[in-house]
Amino acid sequence: MDEMTITSAQYVTNIDGSNMAVKTTINKKEMFVSIDPANRHYAEIMRQVDAGELTIAEAD
Amino acid sequence: MALSKILPAGQDQFAGARNLIINGAMQVAQRGTQTNQTTAFTACDRFDIAVNGAAIMTTSQDTTVPSGQGFSNSLKIDVTTADSSLAASDLALLRHKIEAQNLQHLLYGTSDAKNITLSFWVRSPKTGTHIIELRHANASYYNSQAYTINTADTWQNVTVTFDGYTAAAFNNDNGLGLVIDWWLAAGSTFSGGTLASNTWQNTDANRTVGQVNCVDNAANNFYLTGVQLEVGSTATDFEHRSYGDELARCQRYYETSTATDYFSGLDGSNIYLSHEFAVVKRAAPTMTYTVSQSSGSINSLTASTDHYRWAISGTSVGAWSGVLVKADAEL
Repeated sequence: MDEMTITSAQYVTNIDGSNMAVKTTINKKEMFVSIDPANRHYAEIMRQVDAGELTIAEAD
Repeated sequence: MALSKILPAGQDQFAGARNLIINGAMQVAQRGTQTNQTTAFTACDRFDIAVNGAAIMTTSQDTTVPSGQGFSNSLKIDVTTADSSLAASDLALLRHKIEAQNLQHLLYGTSDAKNITLSFWVRSPKTGTHIIELRHANASYYNSQAYTINTADTWQNVTVTFDGYTAAAFNNDNGLGLVIDWWLAAGSTFSGGTLASNTWQNTDANRTVGQVNCVDNAANNFYLTGVQLEVGSTATDFEHRSYGDELARCQRYYETSTATDYFSGLDGSNIYLSHEFAVVKRAAPTMTYTVSQSSGSINSLTASTDHYRWAISGTSVGAWSGVLVKADAEL
């Protein structure tokens, strides 16, 4: 019912180099998704990663 | 001097906290009119729609309201593409989601679970049976009840009381706890059984028996306002809150910057800039942005619950950008 079509995902690092967000395209819209299990977009990203449907690329 | 004094509802020491609904009077509409919607947040904050099937809607904050009730706005759902022949799994519904930790006083999961009463003003394009439903998100149980619209395209006040659920508590966290569903249309997957009115159950087919199809024509408009959910078995007068109060409550879940940032003199390397949110978010949000004019690039936009920070770079001295950001921490 809350279907999200995720077409890309790449980590974004903070100034200190730690992963801070996932830059992604969901339903054709570019988003910076915070790494927080309570964030509904991040929860869906991780569900798809766990299901083998999505891979998050390392930061540039 | 009197030892005690009973004040009318809304004037006692709990004024402002009686209604568990945020933006029940549809005062706040940070997103503005939303077109071509299926499953998405509507124009009015804290209310979203879910669609499976052919129906497409435009949602907007409207000034059509029931007269004499003190409301200035309603949420309008304008069906722009109809679903006149519902497949079994088709559905269309309007939702309001409540954070679990704000529901602890309902004592769900105990023998003292409290009844709650939902009241609202609705204007439907269809007469007949409509379904209103509570969904316990931490237990995946539903409590559905029917209400009858007597006259199409006419405001009607509805009050429904739901029994407390004794079998499962709400999580005491910042996640989803309770969902209120106003059904607009339902295929046989959800309507093919027997309505178990005011009973907590988990059979899909028993959820929406008799629901009329409010999305069967592109001329259909559905309106809602004055939504109140309160503890007890009696609906009290609607608790009118100030715009500022409702806006702050909404901004826990969604906030859009009202000013645009501009930069000049970028020399090709990243510069970082942080802004505090007006209200601390429910969770670290998802950030999106709109660039009004730019010869640079947004390299990152990260956030925690209380602030966001972005990195921008230009390719030459004099590059500049105008950026408007949105933070989404919706349930």
